[in-house]
Amino acid sequence: MEPGYPVLSTLIFLPVAGAVLLLLIKRTQEGLLKWSALLISVVEFILSMPLFTGFDKSTHQMQFLERYEWIPSWGITYHIGLDGISVLFVLLSTLITILCVTISWNSIKVKVKEFYIAILLMEGAMIGVFSSLDFFLFYIFWEAMLIPMYLLIGVWGGPNRVYAAIKFFLYTLVGSVLMLVGIIVLYFEAGKTFDILEMMKRTYPYQVQFWLFWAFFAAFAVKVPMFPVHTWLPDAHTEAPTAGSVILAAILIKMGAYGFLRFSLPLFPDATKAMTVPMLVLSVIAIIYGAIVCLAQTDLKRLIAYSSVSHMGFVTLGIFALNSQGIEGGIIQMINHGIVTGALFLCVGIIYDRTHSRQIRDYGGLATVLPVYAAFFMVFTLASIGLPGLNGFIGEFLIILGGFKAVKWAGVLAATGIIIGAAYMLWLYQRVFFMETNEKVQGLNDMDLREVITLMPLMALVLWIGVYPNTFLSFMHASVENLLQRLGNQGMQPQNISDVLGGPVVDLARNVLEVIR
Amino acid sequence: MDKYVLIPLLPLIAFFINIIFGRKIFREKAHWISTLAVLSSWVISVITLSEVVNGKVINRDIYTWIISGNFSVSVGFLIDQLTAVMLIVVTTVSSLVHIYSIGYMHGDKGYYRFFSYLSLFTFSMLMLVMANNFLQLYFGWEAVGLCSYLLIGFWYEKKSASDAGKKAFIVNRFGDFGFGLGVILVFLTFGTLHYAPVFGGVQGIVGRTINILGYDVDLITLMALLLFCGAVGKSAQIPLHVWLPDAMEGPTPVSALIHAATMVTAGVFMVARCNPIFNLSEIAMDVVAITGAVTALFAATIALVQRDIKRIIAYSTVSQLGYMFLACGVGAYSAGIFHLYTHAFFKALLFLGAGSVMHAMAGELDIKKMGGLKKYMPVTYWTFLLASLSISGVPGLAGFFSKDEILWRTYSSGSLGQVLFVLGAITALLTAFYSFRIIYVAFHGSFRGTHEQEHHLHESPKVMTMPLVILAIGAIASGWVGIPPLLGDIIGLEHSDRFGEFLAPVFGGHHPSEGSHSEEILVMTLSIAAGILGILISASMYLRKTDLPERIGQRFSSIYKLLWNKYYVDELYDFIIVRPTLWIANNVIVGVTDGKIIEGLVNGVPAAIGRFSQWLRRVQTGLVHQYATVMAIGAFIIVVIALLWR
Repeated sequence: MEPGYPVLSTLIFLPVAGAVLLLLIKRTQEGLLKWSALLISVVEFILSMPLFTGFDKSTHQMQFLERYEWIPSWGITYHIGLDGISVLFVLLSTLITILCVTISWNSIKVKVKEFYIAILLMEGAMIGVFSSLDFFLFYIFWEAMLIPMYLLIGVWGGPNRVYAAIKFFLYTLVGSVLMLVGIIVLYFEAGKTFDILEMMKRTYPYQVQFWLFWAFFAAFAVKVPMFPVHTWLPDAHTEAPTAGSVILAAILIKMGAYGFLRFSLPLFPDATKAMTVPMLVLSVIAIIYGAIVCLAQTDLKRLIAYSSVSHMGFVTLGIFALNSQGIEGGIIQMINHGIVTGALFLCVGIIYDRTHSRQIRDYGGLATVLPVYAAFFMVFTLASIGLPGLNGFIGEFLIILGGFKAVKWAGVLAATGIIIGAAYMLWLYQRVFFMETNEKVQGLNDMDLREVITLMPLMALVLWIGVYPNTFLSFMHASVENLLQRLGNQGMQPQNISDVLGGPVVDLARNVLEVIR
Repeated sequence: MDKYVLIPLLPLIAFFINIIFGRKIFREKAHWISTLAVLSSWVISVITLSEVVNGKVINRDIYTWIISGNFSVSVGFLIDQLTAVMLIVVTTVSSLVHIYSIGYMHGDKGYYRFFSYLSLFTFSMLMLVMANNFLQLYFGWEAVGLCSYLLIGFWYEKKSASDAGKKAFIVNRFGDFGFGLGVILVFLTFGTLHYAPVFGGVQGIVGRTINILGYDVDLITLMALLLFCGAVGKSAQIPLHVWLPDAMEGPTPVSALIHAATMVTAGVFMVARCNPIFNLSEIAMDVVAITGAVTALFAATIALVQRDIKRIIAYSTVSQLGYMFLACGVGAYSAGIFHLYTHAFFKALLFLGAGSVMHAMAGELDIKKMGGLKKYMPVTYWTFLLASLSISGVPGLAGFFSKDEILWRTYSSGSLGQVLFVLGAITALLTAFYSFRIIYVAFHGSFRGTHEQEHHLHESPKVMTMPLVILAIGAIASGWVGIPPLLGDIIGLEHSDRFGEFLAPVFGGHHPSEGSHSEEILVMTLSIAAGILGILISASMYLRKTDLPERIGQRFSSIYKLLWNKYYVDELYDFIIVRPTLWIANNVIVGVTDGKIIEGLVNGVPAAIGRFSQWLRRVQTGLVHQYATVMAIGAFIIVVIALLWR
């Protein structure tokens, strides 16, 4: 049952309206600012619940649709909706935003007003990205997200924040620009429409698919991030304030993988199939490479950031396995990674607030000083290394199963990542929580109620998905099956390489000329 | 909901209550809820066993765990004869260890944590043995590994303890890497992970091959060997045995429960459970048997020279687990499970006895610093002695029946079996030797510790000795349910091997051994002789000529050093795995690929653009005559080109 109001538009624009509201509050009234931001994010979360309860799991059709003409002469519409692939990400976004507000309660001391405005704008843009069904709209949200994140890192970040922020911005912008070119080509190929559902009704010649696949790849691979375009991530994560790292890890880097699923696979099925092996190779490299780098890290946040590279390698492996276990595993792994890595960054933020150090060597013996904190961190660590019964296992198992099914060695090599994963996470845990208590952490206070409440929902989800993942997997079945059918139905063979290289460039030039005339 | 669900569920509930409320509310009363839970599980297990004895077999799903595409797996229970035996072993030893720990862990600041982990372990182990599909087995498998990690590192302030816990987990992950792939292979072959259809359908894939790197490999063999990888890790067989001795950093009751009686036997249980798969691959069976026999001997030799009482018993455990795999590998699964069951009693008893000694000696582990404990701790001494007699295979005690059956089955299984039998018999001698070395060095003679230690020597409290006595009864009598028919005939007992007959349905019927009576008598005589001889040599070296061990040690110093350093396996792994990986992480990836190449490009391209712009900027000099000159040159070139083009 869909609710009687435009739920998605509400979700996109409520935080924006909230940001405007915050503008009106005096910057000295910090309490009021914080409570307003919290209230808005909680209301937003409650308003997103109909997506969870009212979603029709039996169909792959887009739901909660809204469509209005926007710029008819250019074929641009305001078209939004959700299917089984995107719905969970919207829900995750509304949840994570609340936690970002509560975790920043005491740790953000300068420009409080602007901080919460940035967070709320971020939320609106994120939900916009996941629900856009028009490429023009999508691109606007996609780029709009960059600005608050750039500010979050550049203004409230650590000592090296400016470098990290610019690096993040340039990296993603370069990728996005190539995607923009791709979108324009697609616009002409699809008969001058930006409507994604319209575009999906067509099939495109292989050489067009081939070029567009790589144009979109540039944007998505940077966001994921895939090897070798991952190096913005450790810097951005490390320098960002806690809330920034959490949004980055939980939502932002999911958009790359989401982009593959939403656009690359259904729009360019033949190119996708032809490119499976390179994609799997990059994924496996990311898994193992990302894990080994973690062994050399001395900075808490940097280690967790690199572990994201490894975990997102699993996600892309699952997606490009192109079977239902792989893709569903990939989606649930994205959710899991959002929950677990988000939680780990929250945890690091909690201890950073007390010690102002991210160096692993400044810790030791925390289990004695902060037992509750140690317990939370332990659960998230175990979830991160894929212990069965917790959420991480479900994703990793399905992905390795799907990968093995697709290409045997991919599954086998990916599984080695799990060994290294255990090594770096348990070593981290040992150095921070076990052994003799470091004098620098002597006498610290354990987590307070606010912090416990912040972590509780994530802990509950870790167990819920681990014990009964079907609640979440059932959202995806219909959409993933439909996607696979689309991939399966198009049996076109890769064509001559010279056709591939020549065609679209000529087409693009011709189309551009036509427009100019 | 039926009562079987309660068997694992009660300890799980106890875990949650204790971990949440234990620190603030229960504190030193935390044992109540955990102990009550496990005792209740024990009662239900006994009822379940009686039902299974009367012919009931339960196989039912509780709920569907994961669905994705054509993949579906449930959480469910299979309670057959094998599971019923395991339920009894697990809940019995767990209950006794819970009770013992009330005394042993008294006053520890992590008291509530200890009991919550014990509950979590009991839950996990029960889920493992009750599983009716491979993925739930895998769940239990990893969950017991987690508990092992948590309990080995229980005293986490000690670096050695937290190192050991981490090592156990990571080494096990190496085994689980293979195990997990085996599970995936099972699914891709059969389209399901539930035992019944897999074991029912395995005959249908005989002869199928799978292509690996260009070679055609027999599918069943590959599947069996991958699954066996997991067993090698969990049950500490060569080459993944290295974690178990270090696991002795954990509190001693943990060593008894997890690292002797239950968790480490999960590998044996799994191989026995998957016997329909293993039976169809001769290669896999031989690998299992050889791994078992070699590990049995290998670990026993290391145990000869160690001085740490818990490590000696730990190597003894590795060695005895080798026996169990040897039995499985020659197809005598019920003999393997029989040894698992008797071993649970006498090995748990040895550990708890060692714990009792440590309790009296303020944590002292070195047997050279003990001596003469017999008169201070009579209950500990006598029960420890009974356990040692049992493990040495002295006739009439539990260990005799199970070990004799394994040796006989091995011998009678063919030519490979006869070679492995020799290894097994030598191991039996060594086992008796090192077991009695502990008895003679620690309990006989005169006390060699400090005066303060001597002053504090005392027998342990009742709550600790009572479990010792109960286990001692098991160490004597638990073998009487599996008396070989040969002896059964002599004492006029029909169906004397009740244990084997009970398990027969799981292992495809009760196969009487091949080979003649005279051979069987010969093997039995040899096995008894090996045990007695081991005890006698030990007595002569450690009671009579007490300077002899040292002289032998000096005479064969290189061998002694090799054994003392456990064949340098840890050092080898450090050298070929740990260091290279860390070196690559630090010097190749961080130093070169990420640090120089990728970051070089990322920072280099903008920098190059910047330099180019810097250079280009110089064009804008602001001097009008320069602009005019350049313009003139440009105009000239255009004119020339335009003229030439035409």
